Amino acid sequence: MAAAETTLPMDLAPALQVLAEMQPITESSIIPLLQRLQTSYGYLPRDVVIEVCERTGLPLSRVFGVATFYAQFHLTPRGRHVVRCCRGTACHVRGGHRIAQSLRSELGVDDGGTTEDLRFTLETVACLGTCFLAPVIMVDEDYYGSVKPAKISSILARYE
Amino acid sequence: MVVSGLKTPADLERFRDEARAAERRYRSRVLVCMTGCRSLGAVELGKAFREQLAAAGLGDEVSVVDAGCHGPCSLAPAVVIEPQEFLYGGVKPDDVDEIIELTLRQGLPVERLCQSSNGKPVAVARDVAFYRGQRRDVLADCGRVDPVRIEDAVARGAYAAAAKALTSMQPDEVVAEVRGSGLRGRGGAGFPTGVKWDLCRRAPGDPKYLICNADEGDPGAFMDRALLEGVPHQVLEGMVIAAYAIGASHGFVYVRAEYPIAVEHVSVALAQAREYGLLGPDIFGSGFSFDIELRMGAGAFVCGEESALIASLEGHRGMPRPRPPFPVQKGYLGKPTVINNVETLANVPLILARGKDAYASIGTDGSKGTKIFALAGKVQNTGLVEVPMGASLRDVIFGIGQGVAEGREFKAAQMGGPSGGCVPAEFLDLPIDYDSVKSIGAIMGSGGLIVMDDQTCMVDVARFFLEFVQDESCGKCPPCRIGSRHMLDILRRICAGEGREGDVDQLRELAEEIRAGSLCGLGQTAPNPVLTTIRYFRDEYDSHIREGYCPAHVCAGLFHYLVLEDVCIGCGACQRRCPADAIVGERKKPHRILPEKCTYCGACFEVCPSSAIAKVRPAGGPNE
Repeated sequence: MAAAETTLPMDLAPALQVLAEMQPITESSIIPLLQRLQTSYGYLPRDVVIEVCERTGLPLSRVFGVATFYAQFHLTPRGRHVVRCCRGTACHVRGGHRIAQSLRSELGVDDGGTTEDLRFTLETVACLGTCFLAPVIMVDEDYYGSVKPAKISSILARYE
Repeated sequence: MVVSGLKTPADLERFRDEARAAERRYRSRVLVCMTGCRSLGAVELGKAFREQLAAAGLGDEVSVVDAGCHGPCSLAPAVVIEPQEFLYGGVKPDDVDEIIELTLRQGLPVERLCQSSNGKPVAVARDVAFYRGQRRDVLADCGRVDPVRIEDAVARGAYAAAAKALTSMQPDEVVAEVRGSGLRGRGGAGFPTGVKWDLCRRAPGDPKYLICNADEGDPGAFMDRALLEGVPHQVLEGMVIAAYAIGASHGFVYVRAEYPIAVEHVSVALAQAREYGLLGPDIFGSGFSFDIELRMGAGAFVCGEESALIASLEGHRGMPRPRPPFPVQKGYLGKPTVINNVETLANVPLILARGKDAYASIGTDGSKGTKIFALAGKVQNTGLVEVPMGASLRDVIFGIGQGVAEGREFKAAQMGGPSGGCVPAEFLDLPIDYDSVKSIGAIMGSGGLIVMDDQTCMVDVARFFLEFVQDESCGKCPPCRIGSRHMLDILRRICAGEGREGDVDQLRELAEEIRAGSLCGLGQTAPNPVLTTIRYFRDEYDSHIREGYCPAHVCAGLFHYLVLEDVCIGCGACQRRCPADAIVGERKKPHRILPEKCTYCGACFEVCPSSAIAKVRPAGGPNE
């Protein structure tokens, strides 16, 4: 893992605000709760999750069980920009695996990895639902369609 | 807008009349797809239209609408202009001046932006090949309304069917109407919707819940995405009617987080529906109360399966449960719950508005109404397509989709995603309905339709789907978790040229075990892509295993790149692009590829200006 877990004491204020806004918190709200915490922190810092469990009485095992099951949740810091490479069927038959390869070599990380400068996190996703653009990648909220390996570096260069 | 709080159907009518009058103030509308086309510059295009129309003094005569998907995604950014119904594709901000001058001032088409047929431009959308074979009932308003404006939706009749159901029909009558329409679930399995509602309505337990399943995870499917993005109020109206019929007071829309525009449009639509009293207490003064909560999925394909989806809503790991009890008996929090797919719910207002008999007059004996397909892959016209049930694959792929690229040959259509199968050319004339598609080993699925041509390797496709299943298996049932791993190992081996005699038989055996031993649809159907490719493309498996040759030239190592010496002009483009330094040769002289260094990335093949690089059977194989 490129980025080491921080040892600084976490700022709990954003977590407390999420808790205040989401009352009452039940087991059914575990996923929305984790989603909002992740939006606030960019990932799910371990200390924050532990603190939240203590304050809400949600079992830590249960919350970590959920956090580790779903692809969306991250327990380590993420890059400033998230590159999502589609590995759907339409992208696959139109050469999507070569786009994934180029991204991996361009960024020097594997799927799910984050560059050391925390600039990019690379993810592959099952399908972005924009099959008409195949092969497609998404950087943050921007879509790039009909991508060719040669275009990768100029796309990435737009994101600091 | 003064109207707020639509307490009676008459209020709704008044609101609709006002919205229509407001729309009629403009003599023309420019409908820019602002959903899928956003990825290819629709935002800038919409801005250009607004600015240049204002500059031309037409701002009060022509309205620019940020619309949903028009369907022909390969034309992105696509624009439709009313009242002429001209369809323009690949429109750029630079084209706007000409469109204003020719179309919006003189009413003439800009021919270079039109589709063509036999070399002649076709301006009017309904005359274009892409639309001719379609019947756009569910998608009728998609691309015609601004999805974040409730006025647009109501102007086109949204919520009238809900008003009718809630104020003039008993819940049992609504159930009977939907039952009589023959509507079957559009999410994959095709269970009769009215029967599901009836079971839930009769099930003891209170409160009851309604869930809209928008966790569209099948790779290659984007129907639900388009509906939520383009006509969110149609889906919400379907939910209000469904909730009334089953007696639910609380609903969820469970949508994939990977669909940010859908999330945004549904949130806006929910807020508007609440503001106008279309959700909340005592809707239309009927005494019926219902509200909807938006929940985002957290990235697990298995959560499209209904019991896993419920587990996820309850805050568990998304793992399926054994059935019975079915969700209609014990669903969310142990209460009776109906889960309907987005497209299913989007059909409901139509049934109530037109009546069950009119609805059931479309389609085949066992499958009524229309079906939306997401047409993609190696086909000329990609996009969102709606046809009556019973249309043939040939109608869809070769009529609407205009077939594969010139010089290529159709090989198969993949239907139903990872649970479906690959349908070969011999079944192109089969009418598409739930039962016929099932009879040939595929499933209707949610409607993903990926076209494959002679450059698609079917063994590689099978491997691709198994990789997906292996990734997404929740791990609860060992046959799915471990069995799919074994199948994947075998397929990887075959694709790497290390296949053995007996591999295909073993794949079949494993498939049977996985099918029999898995709790949910994901595992039960996971072997389908493998079984159908073996059934219809056995020769490709044999070629990989026995001859070490991939006939589609996809599997690395099972074909070679070769420079055709008499064609090569020695420009060196391939040499510069090769990431593996596998190409040697002097300038202006034929180059050569070193097979031992080649990584099969295909960069040379792509870059060669004189098509001097060929894909060939590897020399020295067992048969050469």
